[in-house]
Amino acid sequence: MHTKRPVLVTLAVALMLSASACSSSSSSTKEVVEGSTITLVTHDSFAVSDGILEAFTKASGITVTVAKGKDAGVMVNEAVLTKGKPVGDVLWGTDNTLLSRAVKEKIFRPYKSPELGKLDKAAVDLVPGGEATPVDRGDVCINTDTAYFAAKNLPAPTNLDELADPKYKDLFVAPSAATSSPGLAFLLATVAKYGPDKYVEYWKKLRANGVKIVDGWTTAYTVDFSGSSGKGTRPIVVSYGSSPPSEVTDPAAASAPTAVMESSCFRQVEFAGILAGTKHPLAAQKLIDFMLSDAFQADMPGQMYVFPARTDVKVPDAWAKFAVLPKTPLAVSPSDIATNRDKWIKQWNDAVLG
Amino acid sequence: MERRRSRLTLLGVAPALFVLLFFAWPVAAIVARGLSGGGVTDVLRDASLRRVAWFTVWQAVLSTACAVALGLPLAFVLARYRFRGRSLVESLLVVPFVLPTVVVGAAFLALLHGEQSVRGVLLAHVFFNVPVVVRTVTPLWRKLDPRFADAARTLGAGRVQVWRNVTLPMLRQAVLAAAGIVFLFTFTSFGVVLLLGGPRRRTLEVEIYQRTAQQLDLRSAAALALVQLVALGGLLLWSSRSQARAAVRQRLADHTQPARLVVLVPVLLTAFALFGLPMVALARRAGRWSSAVGTVGRAALVMSLRTALIAAFVAAVLGAMAGVAIARQGRVSRWLDAGLMLPLGTSAVTVGFGLLITFNRAPVDLRGSAVIVPLAHALIGLPFVVRSVVPVLRSIDPRQRDAAAMLGATPAQTWWSIDAPLLRRGLLTGLAFAFAISLGEFGATSFLIRRGNPTLPTLIGELLGKPGVANNQQAYALAVILAIVTAVVMVLVDALNMRTDRA
Repeated sequence: MHTKRPVLVTLAVALMLSASACSSSSSSTKEVVEGSTITLVTHDSFAVSDGILEAFTKASGITVTVAKGKDAGVMVNEAVLTKGKPVGDVLWGTDNTLLSRAVKEKIFRPYKSPELGKLDKAAVDLVPGGEATPVDRGDVCINTDTAYFAAKNLPAPTNLDELADPKYKDLFVAPSAATSSPGLAFLLATVAKYGPDKYVEYWKKLRANGVKIVDGWTTAYTVDFSGSSGKGTRPIVVSYGSSPPSEVTDPAAASAPTAVMESSCFRQVEFAGILAGTKHPLAAQKLIDFMLSDAFQADMPGQMYVFPARTDVKVPDAWAKFAVLPKTPLAVSPSDIATNRDKWIKQWNDAVLG
Repeated sequence: MERRRSRLTLLGVAPALFVLLFFAWPVAAIVARGLSGGGVTDVLRDASLRRVAWFTVWQAVLSTACAVALGLPLAFVLARYRFRGRSLVESLLVVPFVLPTVVVGAAFLALLHGEQSVRGVLLAHVFFNVPVVVRTVTPLWRKLDPRFADAARTLGAGRVQVWRNVTLPMLRQAVLAAAGIVFLFTFTSFGVVLLLGGPRRRTLEVEIYQRTAQQLDLRSAAALALVQLVALGGLLLWSSRSQARAAVRQRLADHTQPARLVVLVPVLLTAFALFGLPMVALARRAGRWSSAVGTVGRAALVMSLRTALIAAFVAAVLGAMAGVAIARQGRVSRWLDAGLMLPLGTSAVTVGFGLLITFNRAPVDLRGSAVIVPLAHALIGLPFVVRSVVPVLRSIDPRQRDAAAMLGATPAQTWWSIDAPLLRRGLLTGLAFAFAISLGEFGATSFLIRRGNPTLPTLIGELLGKPGVANNQQAYALAVILAIVTAVVMVLVDALNMRTDRA
């Protein structure tokens, strides 16, 4: 019978709390950084090597707890829902397709880190107000299975137009733009390349040429794609510019089993931002600075499969050899994305799946 | 007697509060937030949505029918026949149920050569849900007195007639209980439909996910959630009532007979084809899995086990209380039964976002706290405990109690010697199921913001999101480990169950 009690107590506490609507005293008190604990809210792809966050704690006296959620879109929307009463202090993983929404909803407390000068300028320029800080970069690009095309004596496609060529019929698999973030990025790549009026035409051609749409990147890359673990039947896939190094098993190899179509790449920049309403703004700023440090930035390729936002940080050898980060990738401005995102997804849906 | 009865109904208060607090309140909050803008009818008038709703319903009905049709022969064999390895088969049957959809989905896709179809969806739903049917129906079936059927046969009834007029009526409540759960699971199917159905086939669950989680379109998401809740709520009340009506009082004791190979062999072979082949396909993708566990894998395993222990304990305690209350019949018990089932049929996004905006103040800021995941799992495990307990309790012949009372037993003694042993057995079954569900839970876990180590299924999900053969093999290896751990736990619990039976 006494097992009932915790539930009742919880209920009583909850009721009392909602009754006493006292608000917590705000930032008037001086924040003590040393010894504080802050929460880093992030999507489930976040990963750092052992010892990295511990080193930050040792240097700053700030402990970081990592709270993971689902994907970046869900995380931003959760931050919007909990605006003012954030789940944590820093949000990691808002990308340029979500940035405008985050900025418009004012979920971030602006901060300009002294390290900004060391970052890729194009990425920093996306946030003139300093609402969030670029932390990593990467591209969604078409990947091809080199061995497949060599065996068929067929040149791998080198630009987006060729994907609609009957030579490559039924060879291409892409994740849905409606349910997957690389899928959406590739849709945006076609918008950037063909323009908002013509891109639907292009997709209709892809459809006629047998493009297969699946739910997400995992299915496309690890089940249908012939060049990775699933040994599927399709040698052309939407993946990342940084995917090839992961497919290299022999470190001394001269070439990777998969190749990137450079002209198809759409840039994704990820941002970290301090959540408005945090009680630890100073500690959160210190964490942002640390994310831009050499140690943290150099750790990212191996853990999160992204390029550092800093241009002066050395990437692993396999990355230098096989990963691709084009100088002029395809791009759509964050505000255009914010305005048209839902419309484009719907148009895409009707044209490709309808 | 009347006073005792009402006291027992009071046991339902704690589980009811639990569901109100961690399910009804958050869901009401998020739905209210969505509805506050108005314009809900516009959403419902959308023709494409009607298509989605229709697909959701018919695939769920068909999946449920298939799972029941395939599950009953298996349940029969396991309930009636004595054969070597029977209890092992029974224990292992839970394994498919706990495997993460991503992994099973990929294994099925490989078997189907990447073809996306309704067939694949149905196959996967059967794979996941036949275990539910078997585990829910077998305990009651084993205890049905076969002499009724024998008598009917002696009186000249054919096999079909006996099944229809004798066996099925006595079994109906357990079949309905199982079908109810399977229907809810397949109605809210998300991963399987996306993965195997392809992007053209969408369920309400997928639609709600996209609208809430991706577009933050709370208005239409709330409208859809309401449709889901009202439809399922009505259905659950109806199902709960028909289950209560279908309960047949009878003397319950084990009745088994030596196996007949003509029946046994084909049934077990079918079961192996259905469950064994995908498992083999899965294990083959695992590569060399000695290297796969690593520190991260071990930490995830510990996290999963700890979460499952807490969740199963909470679910068992609350489920036993609810079960005793519900078995008493009456309107209150029907509402309680339906209310406890409802979380199974509600989108994880709705509950997840609801929790975010309700439990948002210290010291009950549950968002991202360590207890949120076990609590969510307990919420999901609760109906399984209830459904393992209630059919057995309801079937107790009141004359057994009367006899005890006549012989001078106090009501407490009667309950202790008649109800309690049966309750214990159902409870152990339900506990094991709740434990297994928590071990394999992915959907709700991945939606809740969580601290600390990932559980095995979320780690598998993370690994599948990374490029490279090594990551992929590790994900599959961890799925194999998840299957093995589940199997071991189920074998242990079932062994314990048999010992208490003999005691």
